[in-house]
Parts: sequence; structure tokens; C-alpha cells
Amino acid sequence: MAQETPVVTRFMRERPDDSWQFESARAYNAAYTRLERAFAMGPEAIVEAVQQSGLRGKGGAGFGTGQKWSFLPKGVFPRYLCINGDEGEPATFKDHMLTERDPHQLVEGAIITAYAIQANHAFIYLRGEFALGADRLQQAIDDAYAHGFLGKDIGGSGFDLELVLHRGAGCYIAGDETGLLSSLEGERAMPRIKPPFPAAQGLYAAPTVVNNIETISTIPWIIANGAEWYAGMGVNRSTGTRIFSVSGHVERPGNYEVELGMTFRELIEGLAGGVRDGKRMKFFIPGGASSPWLLPEHLDSPLDMDYAGSELRTMLGSGAITVFDETTDPLLVSWRLAKFYAHESCGKCTPCREGSSWIEKVLYRMVNGQGRPEDLDLLLSFGSNIVPGLNAPFAQTTICALGPSTMSHVVSLDRWFRDEIVARLERDTARRTSLEIVTVSAGADA
Amino acid sequence: MSTDAVRMSQWPSEQPYVIPVAPGPDVATVTIDGKEVQVPRGELLIKVAQDHGTYIPRFCWHERMKPVGMCRMCLVEVEGMRGLQISCATPVTDGMVVHTQSPGVKAAQDGVLEFLLVNHPLDCPVCDRGGECPLQDQTLAFGPGESRFVEEKRHFEKPIPISETVLLDRERCIQCGRCTRFASEIAGDALIHFGGRGSGTEVMTYPDEPFSSYFAGNTVQICPVGALTASPYRFRARPWDLDSVETSCQQCAVGCRGALESTSNRLVRLLGVDLDPVNQGWLCDRGRYAYEWVHSDARVVTPRLAREGGLAEATWPQALDAAAEALRRARDEHGPDAIGVLGGARGTNEDAYAWARLAKGVLRTDNVDAQLDDGLPAEVVLGLPRASIDDLDRAAAIVIVGSDPKETLPVLYLRIRAAAEAGVPVVDVSTHDNGCTPFAACSLRHRPGEVATPVAALAEVLGGRTTGSDADRLAALVADRDGPVVVVLGRPSLAEPATAAVHAAALLAAVPAVRFLPALHRGNVHGALDLGLAPGLLPGRVTLDAGRAHVGAVWGGVPAARGLDARGILAAAADGRIRTLVLLGCDPLTDFPDRPLVERALAAVGTVVVVGAFADAAGGHADVVLPTTVWGEQDGSGTNLEGRVQRLARKVTPGGAAMEAWRIAGELAARLGVDFDLELTAEVQDEIARVAPAFAGVDAAVLRRARDGVVLPLVDHADEIAWGPAPLGAGVSWEPIPAGADAEPVPADAEAAATPTGPPAPPVALWEWRGPAEPAPTVPVDAYALRVVAARTLYGADRAVLESPSLAAFAPRDAVLLVSRTDRDRIGVADGDRVRVTSARATVELPVVADARIPQGVAFLPANRAGAGIGDLVDPDAAVTDLRVETLR
Amino acid sequence: MAFSGTERRRAEEIVARYPQSRSATLPLLFLVQDRDGWVTPQGIEDVADFLGLTPAVVLGTCSFYTMFKLSPVGKLVVSVCTNVSCLVNGGPQLHEHLRREYARSDDVFIEEVECLAACDRAPALQINYDFHGPLTGEQAVDLIERHRSGELTARTISGTATGGEV
Ligand SMILES: Cc1cc2nc3c(=O)[nH]c(=O)nc-3n(C[C@H](O)[C@H](O)[C@H](O)COP(=O)(O)O)c2cc1C
Ligand code: SF4
Ligand code: FES
Repeated sequence: MAQETPVVTRFMRERPDDSWQFESARAYNAAYTRLERAFAMGPEAIVEAVQQSGLRGKGGAGFGTGQKWSFLPKGVFPRYLCINGDEGEPATFKDHMLTERDPHQLVEGAIITAYAIQANHAFIYLRGEFALGADRLQQAIDDAYAHGFLGKDIGGSGFDLELVLHRGAGCYIAGDETGLLSSLEGERAMPRIKPPFPAAQGLYAAPTVVNNIETISTIPWIIANGAEWYAGMGVNRSTGTRIFSVSGHVERPGNYEVELGMTFRELIEGLAGGVRDGKRMKFFIPGGASSPWLLPEHLDSPLDMDYAGSELRTMLGSGAITVFDETTDPLLVSWRLAKFYAHESCGKCTPCREGSSWIEKVLYRMVNGQGRPEDLDLLLSFGSNIVPGLNAPFAQTTICALGPSTMSHVVSLDRWFRDEIVARLERDTARRTSLEIVTVSAGADA
Repeated sequence: MSTDAVRMSQWPSEQPYVIPVAPGPDVATVTIDGKEVQVPRGELLIKVAQDHGTYIPRFCWHERMKPVGMCRMCLVEVEGMRGLQISCATPVTDGMVVHTQSPGVKAAQDGVLEFLLVNHPLDCPVCDRGGECPLQDQTLAFGPGESRFVEEKRHFEKPIPISETVLLDRERCIQCGRCTRFASEIAGDALIHFGGRGSGTEVMTYPDEPFSSYFAGNTVQICPVGALTASPYRFRARPWDLDSVETSCQQCAVGCRGALESTSNRLVRLLGVDLDPVNQGWLCDRGRYAYEWVHSDARVVTPRLAREGGLAEATWPQALDAAAEALRRARDEHGPDAIGVLGGARGTNEDAYAWARLAKGVLRTDNVDAQLDDGLPAEVVLGLPRASIDDLDRAAAIVIVGSDPKETLPVLYLRIRAAAEAGVPVVDVSTHDNGCTPFAACSLRHRPGEVATPVAALAEVLGGRTTGSDADRLAALVADRDGPVVVVLGRPSLAEPATAAVHAAALLAAVPAVRFLPALHRGNVHGALDLGLAPGLLPGRVTLDAGRAHVGAVWGGVPAARGLDARGILAAAADGRIRTLVLLGCDPLTDFPDRPLVERALAAVGTVVVVGAFADAAGGHADVVLPTTVWGEQDGSGTNLEGRVQRLARKVTPGGAAMEAWRIAGELAARLGVDFDLELTAEVQDEIARVAPAFAGVDAAVLRRARDGVVLPLVDHADEIAWGPAPLGAGVSWEPIPAGADAEPVPADAEAAATPTGPPAPPVALWEWRGPAEPAPTVPVDAYALRVVAARTLYGADRAVLESPSLAAFAPRDAVLLVSRTDRDRIGVADGDRVRVTSARATVELPVVADARIPQGVAFLPANRAGAGIGDLVDPDAAVTDLRVETLR
Repeated sequence: MAFSGTERRRAEEIVARYPQSRSATLPLLFLVQDRDGWVTPQGIEDVADFLGLTPAVVLGTCSFYTMFKLSPVGKLVVSVCTNVSCLVNGGPQLHEHLRREYARSDDVFIEEVECLAACDRAPALQINYDFHGPLTGEQAVDLIERHRSGELTARTISGTATGGEV
């Protein structure tokens, strides 16, 4: 029987009624006690430990966290830490939970990380819609200040940290790391061309680290239990645990924190209870809306970030798994995702700005019986000007990864449902033509 | 551009991000499409390719702005890098191998074009850009034949006016962000911006705030499609019917380079040309649209003579005879001093020279002044060590004294702003907040008339002679910075004598590193002064005495003694001592601050000879009108504020019988018995090079071949000359037009031919001025009065503005008194209410308006306004003018 | 007009959190949105004035984000998710139901939004940024009405808490 391995979700399960409160977190989760150990280790040793642990970013790209920290140019200050809590990737809802249910774990992680990268100013960019999360996180920050865990000379370490909660205001692209920085600077959340990378010139053109909330929430446990402990979990280069948000047509939708290496089947069927109402699965999205889809035949593959890329031509992305049963119209899902990207494209790059809305318009016709047999190929053809080669891992002609994401569901339609869709488009065309004939001849009669 | 790092725009961020460049040798070897070239390391690939003949298509990148990388048109393949790279943000590194024509690149470019056309209307036939539109060109060249886009295009209301001169068609916009970046990055007027997002992204202005930037026209020029169009040009011409010539704008003394275009003998457009040391492609809107006045109905194009009942048309011989006769009579009956010549700052160098020769060499009067008591004494201007505009970029500090470059020298303001953005500290010394205040590192304020007070302190700091907290702060700004201190020096106020400014100049001139850019504003005022249209001076920056032998040898003599300046001339005229007054392209009624004096002078003087473009100059007092050609109708040269002599070109033929002012001078001289023997502009230029010491070596041949003009004196600037035409770029107007694109090809040995043995040294030592100047008296402050500052604004009741329909719309014509909010409230009136204003000289009624930039106790009077104003209120001999203001009851 | 009194102090506090004042744009826009009920031209101008930006820049930023309402929306903003997990769990139907129900309401604003990160509660919605779900149409109307009547405390339309549990 598949089992969860709660690390960052352990405490909130143990104390579901007050896990977000300072007293409870202190009393039952030893909150902030990892700081002492961190200060004793010193910045370099922490970066080293995080590198050793194999921890990889949980925001989507899965980049080595310790490695990212080590990119900061030596001796350049000030530096900033920006924690990405924008969580806009459709079907992802883990950071939402972490913020509302265990904000002290996050604050503690933020302090250790800021200390490790020697930043005296950190920001948590929280998705604007998370109102309760913002209240609780702000309360947690206030409590931490009040108890000397934030501010000047934290715990007598000589380390100062200002931690600011910054609310977003409704846009997905602020989740991209450079979009986040633009937004935090008070501007339209336009991603920026790279290089320069944030590590060299990020917030206010200063060296900056951007990490996901779940990534940061993991840090206290690596400090507490050691790099080996974390590296000992998981599989291959996917060490440790991850929270998977499982939703859609499943029996028990929810967040499941599991050791990497578990199979999709164990997670979806074992933990989430499988497809509900006794139906069969038609397909699932394995890693957030931006990841290419998989079929039931892939269920026995492991939850391994590299395997997903190289063998399955998709990605574990943000760890969001959406399951669709046999009654689902894949075209409808595809159109809805296209609508999402068209709505959320920032508009900076020509291919993404124009392409995303073109894709949406074509799919809208297709879903509504107005498709033409050539439409799928049309999508693939102009879409390949956003994603040259149309093959995961995606290349792109755009600045950020939103561009290629607009095509990932179209690529999936083509890969798994091409015959079904082309047949449907032909049927629709035939029906329209005959309707036309009927209308015309009816007109002639009158 | 720096080769170490490329500053880039993280649009719309203002952060100084820098594209990192890997360390390595300064020169990189790059292979572009199989061709190996040596380039400066770190230069952007797109630029390197262009400089070496490979044009990579682009929409968002502009040579004068930071890369933003959003259109994705400039993608290229770089060996060893995954995917395609945008060449506009990729600095070259040694050994880079680039393919700009590979199938992958072609596919990406076709893709971008197709995406851009998805929402782009197909209205090229009615689009002003049609025919010179890169989107159109590239679509025709590479684009898909037929659109695969069968959905509904995006719709917006068709062109909406976003200012008096700019129209925005959002359907045509391709979201390249050039206009928005120009507005925030270059002009500092972030009034046009992107709104919305995704495919709904649109360029917008704030609903209640038009795009009223002095520089708005540049956005029209750099818009790669027809999204932004200029109402003055709208539907006026098609590009293929246009004829174009390169010239310099003469609306102010910056002398921006431009391409002047006409169709059917009508000027229809002026586009900025990218002259690196001057305007770098930009123009201000006044300069951009002031060509309109050339075709004004108020122009006079046939000679006139006063007859019973007013001026009547006459033939040239009649008019010239009458003018010559008036001059001769004045001279013969009353001596040379009975002749005065005012003006000359709006003509060409050739005009100025010929008139200086006529006045000083033939008539022997030294009562000559191109300035109309609104600038600085010519001896000071010509005698100070001069900075170049480019010195701003390498300056240790920029000090702005007594001028608001944004109002009077707009593109100089852009250059100052750019230098400030790049880290040069700007010190703004003024009576009030002005255009440069927002980016000034330090603002020093003083009471009207007392500019020398802060300048004295500043000079101490710059000279390293003082300490103290303020001084330390200032000193810290300039510390560790090499380079000159560039002082932009103007006349702080027309309501006070130049004394305080001259004193300030003397104080600063004593500091070794200081160089000056004189902020005189009128188009060719520097050419006029350089060529002797000022009392006490002869052509070529020499005094009467110093130049007497050299100049006199050609001219046959020069005046015996220093004559009168403009104020002196008008005063003498009012007293009956001047019998014949020549107005050379000027109208003292509007140009001279003291209008009552002008009126008395014109009424008293015997004969008024108007040599100009408007018959009504001098009100009803003109006796002879000799119509001149104007800018755009005449070849020649002009000199800008850094002393750069640039060629001016003729684009249209004047209607009627207008003649160049220099030719008129020659005709008059002939009638007075002296043959100038000058038939061609080039001959005048050659004579200037021979006669005027500062122009030594600057003959017609050099002027013709020096692409960016020549900075005077040539001996000091010979190695800065860029010979011959610039390498041709894409040749479309939305790119910076390379300077000299239409110049004649240079023979291989041009440089050698022009300067066979190096540039000649001036035959006479040039005039140098180092003070001393008297401190201006300080006048105790009257707590109940407001002290006046009077200065020009870019738009006002100036002839060129009023006679250009597109600019007239901007011109606030009537006089107004600007005061601080506190003072307005103290007076007890609302904005726009009329009040009674009393000075020691007069009482007038004026509307009052509160302005946040004006400090308490100061009243600002825009100088170039019609109606009652400084002319009435200000006593020119008083050190300051205080006003009492009362409500009307 | 610009900020004054407590509002000004609040704005100053917000600006003080950031190394560069422009970063306060979003929080200040929330502030004026709460003050005026939507982001009014006055609000834009106040923020621009306070931060030394042009109103065009502030409007440009504001119009990028969906939580800023550039026209009046009433007292309750109801955001219904129709993205994929909600799509297959009745989100669009819930949205349509509410849209019809409140088509003519001045104080309840129904909007369709992207994934709210509450997919385990699909179909999910927010009432002034408080999460609810899964809900049927009737349940949703009932909830909205209880907020409308004051029985349940709602946040502001910017999601700022106005009391109740944190
Ligand atoms: C369009 C787009 C949206 C993104 N949204 C998020 C997000 O909501 N949260 C997040 O943590 N990362 C998001 N990312 C990934 C971030 O760019 C970045 O990789 C991540 O925050 C780094 O944190 P990590 O290394 O801890 O994963 C997004 C990326 C893209 C391209
Ligand atoms: S890919 Fe799309 S979302 Fe990303 S920067 Fe470009 S336009 Fe914006
Ligand atoms: S020119 Fe390079 S992206 Fe536009």
C-alpha cells in the first residue's frame, strides 16, 4: 500500500486546528530551533549541505537549489531573497496550503536561506488571491519579529533580516522568476531577457535568489536532519519528497507528500483513490498545465523528474496531477488551457502574445463544431514557431517558458488523440456542409 | 557604445541592468555567415552584423535605446548555443560563429512575421508608413503569400489623437515598445505606456493627460509601423514622391541634424538624422514641425518700399537703391555711427559674414548686434573655453547655470539627461525648479539677480578650496571623476542685466577643468557672433583691434572704435543718433525685451530697412523691405553652440523673388562702391576661411566633406573630423538615419587634400576672456513683493511657432505670472484670475497661476508671450525687478 | 489631491518596506481600491503622485493585474474558477448559474477566473478572496446572500481582512 512521507506537511497534519499559530508551532514543531544550528554551521556550510542533499526546486524547473545559491557573485551586496508563492500553474495548490497551514516553517526556511546567501532583505511574493494565507503569513512574520527571529541580530547571531510579505494582484506570469522581480519592483510583471540571470542582476539589479515556497519550507528539515537524510530519500537525482496536488476525476483529491520514485499509479490510485464513480481514466496531466499529457499506460512510471523528461517527454513541473476520466473531451480541456495561456501571456514576445490567442481562437472553433480537418495541423504548424521542433523538452522562440507551454496541450492532442480529433473535425465539416446545403435549398424553395 | 557591457532595458523597468560580457581580449573575431570580422568585444551582435553589411531584421531594437528583446524578429543561430538567440541582446564573444540565414532562422523570422500580421490591418494603401514600413517590406520580401489566420482580428477605435500632433492607431501597433521606451528612457516623459496584457496589450496615454512631450515626434519617427503618425504629415505625401536632403535644424543653437523632405516644392517633413556628436537621431517637436513656417502666408517674397499709405511692391533695383541710398546718406551726413544693424542670428554663416563685412568693412559702423539684449555679452561667449556636446558624457560634472535647456535647447537637454542617467552628476543652479531638476544630483537655488552667490560657493568646491558639509557633498559628487566640468551657461533672467551671469562665468572660468557650453538659444546666434555681428568684434573670434590688420587688409578697413550693442543702438535711435537702422531677420518688437524702448526707437529713426522674411517686422515702421530666403530655401552653413559648423541645405525654391541675405549685402556693397566678388555660397565660405581667424582651414571643400561638420577652431579639432558619408544602413527612416547619407562620395585622398600639411593655425590669436567681472549688487528683499524671473519657454508667441500651424496649437500666447501656491493664496486669488501688477516702472494687469516649481517670493514671467509683460514692467537698468501684486476690485 | 492623514501614514509605512519606493505600487493600489471601492482615476493619480510616477505608468501597471478593478464592482467580488479541475467538476455551470442570478446586481460582481489553487475543492470560488468549495449553484447563492446580509463577514474587494478569524 502506497504511503505518504510527510516532511513539510507533517506538522499541519498533526495539529490541523492551530498549526499556523506561533505558540503551537513553537511548542509542537520546535519552530525556529533550527536557526541556532544554521547559524552555527555558517553560510558556506549551509549552501554545501543543501547541495549535498540534492534538493531541487519545487516551483517547476527542478533546478538544483544549492547550485542556484552558489551562483551568486562573490562579494556583491546587497543581495535579495525572493520567495515565489505566486502558485498560478493550473491544478497546483500546495503552496497555498503551506502558507495557510504552516507559515512558521516557511519563515524559518526564509531566515536560514537568507542567512545562507547573505541577504538582509527577503520578500515573499504571495499570490494576491491567497487572502487568508496572507493574513496568517503576516501574523507569523509579526510574531517572528516580536520574538526576535526577524529584524536585527537574530538570536544573537549578528545576522539581520527584514522579511516582507508582498501580495501579488492577479496574474500568472508573476510566477516566472523574472516576471516576479518586475512585479515586485512595482511594474507590469513582464519577464526579462536573460542573461543577466537573477543571480547576477535580479531585484533592483542586485544579486537575487528566487525559490519556491515548498523549496524554502524544506530547508529547516535539511538543517535539522542533515543532507544525507534528505538525499537518502527519493530516486536517482530526484531526492527527497514532493507534494503532489492531485485533482480532477479522482476519488480523494488533495495534496500528497510522497517520496520521489513512487509510481503515478501508487499516487493516483493508491493515495488519491483512483478515478471516481468506477470510470476509467482517459488521460492525465502529470506536472501542471504546462506539462504534456500522459495516458493510463504510463501509470507505472516512477515520479522521477529526469525520467519524466527523457523517457516520457513531459515533466513533473509544479507537481500537479490532473486526472480525466473516459467521458472527458480532450479538445475541451485543451481549449480551456489555451484560454488560460491567452489570458495570462504577458504580451511581451510576439510569438506568445499573438500565438496564444490564435491557438485559443482555433481551438474554440474546434470545440464548438466549427473545426476544419486541417486545423490540428495548422495549430502544429504555426505553433512550431513558438516551440521549434514541438518536442519536449521544449525549445522556445520566446523569453520565458509560458510561450512553449501554450503548445504543450496541442502537442499532447496530436500525440495521443490525433485520429479521434481529425475524425471529429471531418464529421463536423461534413455536417456543416450538409447544413449549408439544407439551408440553401430551403432558401431556394421559399 | 561601451565594449565592456551593454546597458539594457528591462522594459519597463528603469533598473540599470547590464548584459554581462565574459572577460577576454578587447577585440573579438566573429564569423557571420561565413565571413570573419574583427569587432569590439561585447558589442551587440545585431549592431556588429549591421556594421559589417549583414542586416538582421528587427522591430524592437533601436540603436539609441537599450535592448529589450521583445519582438523576437532578430533571432539568429549561434553555434554552441541551444536554440536561437536574439541578436539584439547577445554581446559578441571571441570565436563566435553566427548564422543569420539558416533554415531555422528563416523559419523563425517567417513565424514572427506571420504572428505580427495576425492582428495587423491590411490598410497599407491608406497608411502614412506605406512604402517605408519594415513590416510591409519584410512581408513582401519573406512573408507568407496568404494568411492562414481566418479568425477575427483585434479591433480598436481607428486613430485616436494622443496629443496635438500624434495620432495612435492601436490596430497597427506591433507592441515593440519603442515609443514607450523612448518616452521613459530617453525623454523622461513616461506619458505613453503599455496597458492591458497579452494580446490585449495596447499603447495608451493616461485618459486625462495627452502625450504632451516636447519630444513626442521622435516616437512617430521610430515607430516601425504606422501605429503612431504625425498629424502635420498625415496624408501629405507618399514616401516614393519625397525628395530628401540632409541639413541642420535652426530652431535653436543645438543644430540637430535632420533629413528635410519635400514634395512638389513644399516641405513636408523633417526627420532626425543620427549625428553621433550632436542629436543622435532625435529632434524636438518645435524643430520637427517648424518647417511649416517656410510656407507661411505672412512671408514677404517681393521687395517693398514705403509709399503714401503704406508699403508697396517694388523691383529689386528700386528697393536696393533705396536701401543703399539710406545707408549712404546716414553715413555721409552723420557718420558711420548713425547706422545700426540688429539681428543676424537666424541666418547662415555666409549671411552673417557678408553683413559683417558690409556693416564693418564698407559702412565702417560697429553698431552691430546679433543678440537682442537677451543673451550674454559676445566677448564673454566667444572668449570662454568651449566644451563640446560630447564632453557631457565624459564630464566630471555638468553644471547648469541660468538656463533651462529643456525649454530653450531641447535636444541638449536630452544629451544632459542621458549623461546624468549614465552617472554624470548634474548640478542645477537656478531660481526655480526646471527641466533638469528631476535628475539633478544637486540643486542650488538663489534669489533672482544673485546667481553668482551659489556659483561662488560652487567654484570654491570645484577648485578644491573649501570644505564644509554642503561642499563635501558636492565635492563627493565630482570626486574620483576625471574629465572636464561642463558648465551650461545662460542668462538666468531677462528681467535683469547680464552682470550677475557674467560674474558667475568669471568665477567658474577661473577653475581649471571648467569648459562652457553657452546656452544662447537662437538658431545661428553662434555663427553670427563668430562672424562678427557684435560690437567690438570681427569675424573669427577676434576683437576689432586684434583683427584690424588681418581683416582690414581684405576689407579695406574696419571701424575705428567699439560700437553699441543692441540696447545701445535702440537707445541711440530713440535719441535720434541713429538715422538708418537695418533689421536683419529680426523683429525687435518681439525679440527685444524692452518693448517701449523699441517703439520709441522705431518712431524716431529715419529709415528702417527690413532684411527678412516678414514685411511686418518693425510694425508699421519699415521703409524698405528686402525679402530673404530662409532655412530650407538656401544653402550654406550654420554654427551650433559647441562651435560646430555644419552644412545647411536648400530643399525648396522660394516663391517670388526672395534673395539670400548675403547676396543682398553684396548688392548693397556694390551700390556703395565695393565689389564683394562673391557669387557662390562656396566662395563666401572660402573667404570666411581666409579672413576669419577661428575659421582658418574651414573652407567649402572641407565643409562639403566633413560628415559631421567641423568644430572651431579646426586646429584643435582636426582629428575629430569624420570624412565622407557614413556607411549606409538600411536607409529607412525608422532606423536612425546615418549622418551624411546623401553626401558626395569622398575621394580617397580627401582628408589629405583638405589638410595637406595639417590644419592651418589661425593667423591671429583668438580672443580669450577670463573676467574680471564686477559682482552684481544685491538688492534687499522687499517682503511684500515678488521678485521677477523672465525666461523663454519652448513654445510661445515666436514667429516660427505662430506661423507653423502644427505648433501654433501648443503656443500659450498670452502673458501670465507664475507664482508659488503660497503666494497665490496670499494674494487671495484663484488660478487664472487677473491681478494688478506694479513695478517701479509700470502697472499692468496679468492673470496669475500657481506653479509648483516656483519658490515663494519669486514671480516667473514667460518671456515670449504677447501682450503686457516684461517689456513694460522691467527696468533694464535695475539689478532686479520687484513686483507688488494686488487683486482687482 | 494626494494622500493625507492616516492614509498618508499608511502609505509611508508601505513604502518604507521597500528599498525602492516604486515597489509599493501594488500595495498602494490595493489601498486606494479599498478606499474608493475600485481603482478610480483619483486613486491612480494619488498613487502616481505619492510615488513620483506618471499616472500613465501607474495605470499601465494597474491594468496588468486582474485583482484591480478599473470600474465599479459593488461590494462582493465572486470569482468562479473554470480552469481544468473545476471545468470537469462543474465550474462553468456554477459560473453560469451565478452570472444569471446576479446579472442585474450592482453589489455582487461575478467573474470567471483562472485556477484558484483550490482544485481539491472543485468547483471552487472565492467571495472577496475567501475560498469556498465544492459548491452547487444553490449553495453558492445562499453563501453570497449570507455575506450580502452581513451574517457572514466579508473581506474587502482587495481581500483585506475586515475582522473575524485569522
Ligand atoms: C510562466 C511561469 C510561471 C511560473 N509560476 C511559478 C509559480 O507560480 N511558483 C513557483 O514557485 N514557480 C513558478 N515558476 C518557476 C519560476 O520561474 C522559478 O523557476 C521558481 O520560482 C524557482 O524556484 P525553485 O528553484 O525553488 O523551484 C514559473 C515559471 C514560469 C515560466
Ligand atoms: S513567453 Fe509570453 S509570457 Fe513569457 S515573456 Fe514572452 S510574452 Fe511574456
Ligand atoms: S530586435 Fe531583438 S527581439 Fe526585437
